[in-house]
Amino acid sequence: MDDEQTVKTEGGRPPANPETETLDIWVAGTEEPEFHPTDEGTQELGPDESDDRLDDQFGRVVADDYLFDDEVAEEERTVLNMGPQHPSTHGVLRLHLELEGETIRRTKPIIGYLHTGMEKTAEQLTFSQGPTNVTRMDYLAPLHGELGYSLAVERLLDVEVPPRAAAIRILMTELNRIASHLVALATNGMDIGALSMMIYGFRERESILAFFEKTTGLRMNHNYIRPGGVAADLAPGWKDDVAAILDDLPKRLRQYDDLLEKNPIWLARTKGVGVISPEEAIAYSITGPILRATGVDWDLRKAFPYSGIDQYEFEVPVGENGDVYDRYRVRVEEITESLKIVEQVMDTMPKGDYRIGDRKITPPPRARIDESMEALIHHFKLFTEGFKVPEGETYVAVESPRGELGCYVVSDGQARPYRMHTRAPSFYNLQGLPIAMADSLVADTIATIASMDPVMGDVDR
Amino acid sequence: MSPILAKLAERFESVTWEESHGQDVARVPGENWEAFARAAKESGFEVCADVTAVDRMRSRPERYEVVASLLSMSHRVRLRMITAVGRENPSVASLTPLWPGAGYAEREVYDMFGIGFEGHPDLTRILMPDDWEGYPLRKDFAVGSVPVQFKMSHQVN
Repeated sequence: MDDEQTVKTEGGRPPANPETETLDIWVAGTEEPEFHPTDEGTQELGPDESDDRLDDQFGRVVADDYLFDDEVAEEERTVLNMGPQHPSTHGVLRLHLELEGETIRRTKPIIGYLHTGMEKTAEQLTFSQGPTNVTRMDYLAPLHGELGYSLAVERLLDVEVPPRAAAIRILMTELNRIASHLVALATNGMDIGALSMMIYGFRERESILAFFEKTTGLRMNHNYIRPGGVAADLAPGWKDDVAAILDDLPKRLRQYDDLLEKNPIWLARTKGVGVISPEEAIAYSITGPILRATGVDWDLRKAFPYSGIDQYEFEVPVGENGDVYDRYRVRVEEITESLKIVEQVMDTMPKGDYRIGDRKITPPPRARIDESMEALIHHFKLFTEGFKVPEGETYVAVESPRGELGCYVVSDGQARPYRMHTRAPSFYNLQGLPIAMADSLVADTIATIASMDPVMGDVDR
Repeated sequence: MSPILAKLAERFESVTWEESHGQDVARVPGENWEAFARAAKESGFEVCADVTAVDRMRSRPERYEVVASLLSMSHRVRLRMITAVGRENPSVASLTPLWPGAGYAEREVYDMFGIGFEGHPDLTRILMPDDWEGYPLRKDFAVGSVPVQFKMSHQVN
């Protein structure tokens, strides 16, 4: 018995016995095959043979929107929970996806997992401490948050910063826009599977963050732009650093184009995916690159110029289709335009002070404290109770990398804001996510989320 | 004042107009809130950029102010409309049927101030947990604190 089994398993198959083995093929003449006469009727494609229908059946039409009848039974719908811990949700975004098969019918974003009550915190901090708070909201564009807040406080104080301070602010915020868009490109690439793009985007961003570290002391959360000017003058040799960035980035952008522009997978995953129409974008208060990708030429830097940005020449890139690809393209082109602004600011950087000379608002230079009693008093008063802001309220908006970043500040004449509200662009842009994802495939979800570029610190505050 | 605002001002006599640091502010009575918003939308304010609220506590007769920032892209004009909302059962008409983009913002105001919006399709908490008690951005909501082990010596027993 044992021997027989050993033989059987040898070579992985039983030994061939030519007498009992039957071949599993049909040999002509051994039996009569069943005969089916050709029926012309069964070869018809279907009752509807219009050109549109045929194009659809032959797969010549690639559409994002699938038409389904609404009469689908309840049990055929699946509710899929995505997040808050998911690598492609860019933080702690949670989505309820209602699916029919692989088609998303409804999406509900659930937010608030990163809510830390920063608007409440702002009421406890003095006006001079405020930038430390707002810089942590949109952590990929911290300087824009600081700029919006500082402009609002300065408007309430009715002061104007020196030209050099305004130019430094534009230089820093435009560099910040480049850094933020590079992260958007990197994560967008990573989510779709272009892993090299992730490495490249973060690599180039690092060169800008190195410049930020040299200027402000920190890579992120700078607290650099403050009411009354900026915290410190540009570091010696800053022009060389900026020139190096200006020299390097256009080459890198061409590399990205080589990597992605002719990549069939990238194009298939982005073109016609996650479409938002211009009407929807305006109705849902969507701003920034997502709005411009739909073809609406709207940029606050052109419409309501701030901090002297109207003296620099740049274009506003717009898309056509409002899909993932156009949003990616708009961001790439915005990097190019921001580079133009940075170059102009570098060439025309005015001389002078980097903050206003009013010692009731900005602290005196450190060396003066040893010499002057008044300087010491001013320094002490500013850092213990801060400066008082006249009663009033104002709303100031700047164009952050994600859209309109507004700051609504109400003062009751004290040294702390009575109310500080931030119009967070990601918060409003997230309302477009259910629209972009309606009737699209599950596989396109992460491409769409990445192209909306939400920063959850900005959404939840 | 921009021409489209002047037209609006003619239509609504109950609205008081102010200028706040170069920005146009319309103080709208609560009962005219929706009608005024509708007229503003028809006159060219396509975008409701922001909705928020301020708790004025005792400094004003009506405790809350609801603030909406409107934006006209075609005319490049901004308008801030403010309405006062009373202390008891604070509520005002929702702007969401006019501008769907106000939906999240009004949910946030409801979440943070407890101000209701009549006609809002889904008025639920958005940032705080669903079972949270109280409205955090009200002035009578304490900031709260966490006991810290290492404090100044005289505060430690």
